[in-house]
Amino acid sequence: MKKLMIATAALALTAGLAMAQTVRMGTEGAYPPYNFINDKGEVDGFERELGDELCKRAELTCEWVTTEWDGIIPNLVSGNYDTIIAGMSITAERDEVIDFTQDYIPPAASAYVALSADVDLKGGVVSAQTATIQAGYIAESGATLIEYPTPDETIAAVRNGEADAVFADKDYLAPIVAESGGSLVFAGEDIQLGGGVGMGLRESDTELKGKFDAAISAMKADGTLNTMIKKWFGEEAVIY
Amino acid sequence: MFAYCADPNAIEGLSWLLCYLTTGKHLLLYGAVGTVVLLLAIAAPSALAFGFLGAVAARSSFLPFRWFGKIYTSMVRGVPDVIFFLFVPIALDQGFEWLRHRFKCPDWGQPVWQGNDFVVCTEAKLPLSSSPQWVHESYGFMLAALAFAVVFGAFAANVIYGAMQAVPRAQIETAEAYGMTPRQSFRRILVPQMWVYALPGLSNLWMILIKATPLLFLLGVRDIVYWARELGGLKTSAYEYPHPDWRLWYFLGLLVFYLIVTKLSEGVLARISARLSQGQATFAGEQQRRAGR
Repeated sequence: MKKLMIATAALALTAGLAMAQTVRMGTEGAYPPYNFINDKGEVDGFERELGDELCKRAELTCEWVTTEWDGIIPNLVSGNYDTIIAGMSITAERDEVIDFTQDYIPPAASAYVALSADVDLKGGVVSAQTATIQAGYIAESGATLIEYPTPDETIAAVRNGEADAVFADKDYLAPIVAESGGSLVFAGEDIQLGGGVGMGLRESDTELKGKFDAAISAMKADGTLNTMIKKWFGEEAVIY
Repeated sequence: MFAYCADPNAIEGLSWLLCYLTTGKHLLLYGAVGTVVLLLAIAAPSALAFGFLGAVAARSSFLPFRWFGKIYTSMVRGVPDVIFFLFVPIALDQGFEWLRHRFKCPDWGQPVWQGNDFVVCTEAKLPLSSSPQWVHESYGFMLAALAFAVVFGAFAANVIYGAMQAVPRAQIETAEAYGMTPRQSFRRILVPQMWVYALPGLSNLWMILIKATPLLFLLGVRDIVYWARELGGLKTSAYEYPHPDWRLWYFLGLLVFYLIVTKLSEGVLARISARLSQGQATFAGEQQRRAGR
């Protein structure tokens, strides 16, 4: 019994030490080029590179965790990981539940993609990923919204005719349209949504937020962030 | 994996496919087959144990035990599986955390329930937020396995209860006539004989358990369904092996996988059934005796 107690105490102690160091970075892993799971099975993409760089600058040990988009905020709040770095736009509704760092991607365009450019975007059926700003926008646009849990399924819905168009971040759609061999095209006008992409944190984690904010400011100042955005989103991407 | 896979753009045909099917991500898919097998290996015996205990409790002469056994079986059997699978892991997790919270942070000033959030102190978190990723994953897996054991245990309890009732009364009477105590006749006569009656029901359950393993996906465990969906989805050139939507093929693969597993278990179950019928006072046992086996 005594041994057990010592072992428990030792465990609690080492756990307490480790607690100060590791920051768990939560992402979706299904939204290239923002974040995706590469062919080696590791988290990859713009946000992986950015996150690793931020952690290096803030002198933190970071670990990557993937989760379904649906539960990404509840899981942060209940402490399953410490940050959300998943192409999440800063919005007033989300800001009520969690805190955001300053944006690390400037406000960017969302766009419609369909099988032909002349589909009815106002009265037709439009697919979007659940709990995204795009889904919120479609719900109010008058079009019929179908939601899917993964971005991938929103595209598949257009291809097999369940939806007339898909509405998502243009940076996500661009490579898909480019590689579709002409079967998918952009439709309608681009639409500006959200206040840029930031990193989400628990409202109580002000210290961690300060560290990441400082690291993002430093990356903006020395131009490394712009280089990284151009590398992953192309030369025409909006930069700081 | 192979040296010539270094540049996937330069290869095509069969070697491309070979390289594609041996990427790190595919190896994770194959590893996930292990997850499914592990789940079966843990859930099946524990469900059987739960079922046995439930059946014994339901037959107990001590009233509270009997109530417990009956309530367990009828409650779990009366609730849709999926709801139960969603409920049990969350309830267990919060239950464990609450207990640890009471034990480890008795001086915590705030309530555990804050609006919609369930908040316990950092030391009571399960697993600790500082633990490595595999601990989080195995913890989730264990909760899932426990949920499977509880649900399938309830069904098994009902099957075993029925099987115990089906053992001919004359057998027990004979045991009593030989002067065996109730405990002895239970162990020597009832339990060995009831398996043959329980087997059809239990084998059904085993098949349903195999087919229910994709529920792991619902619980956030990365099983073969998760990886099939992940791998099958459209891949742009951000990936090393771009391809169109191949989910159909991946799911077809899963279909075949499950068919093979269930086919194999049918064979094994038939052998067990033959073994259990040996020397039993049942039709199958009698047939075996006549055939001189």
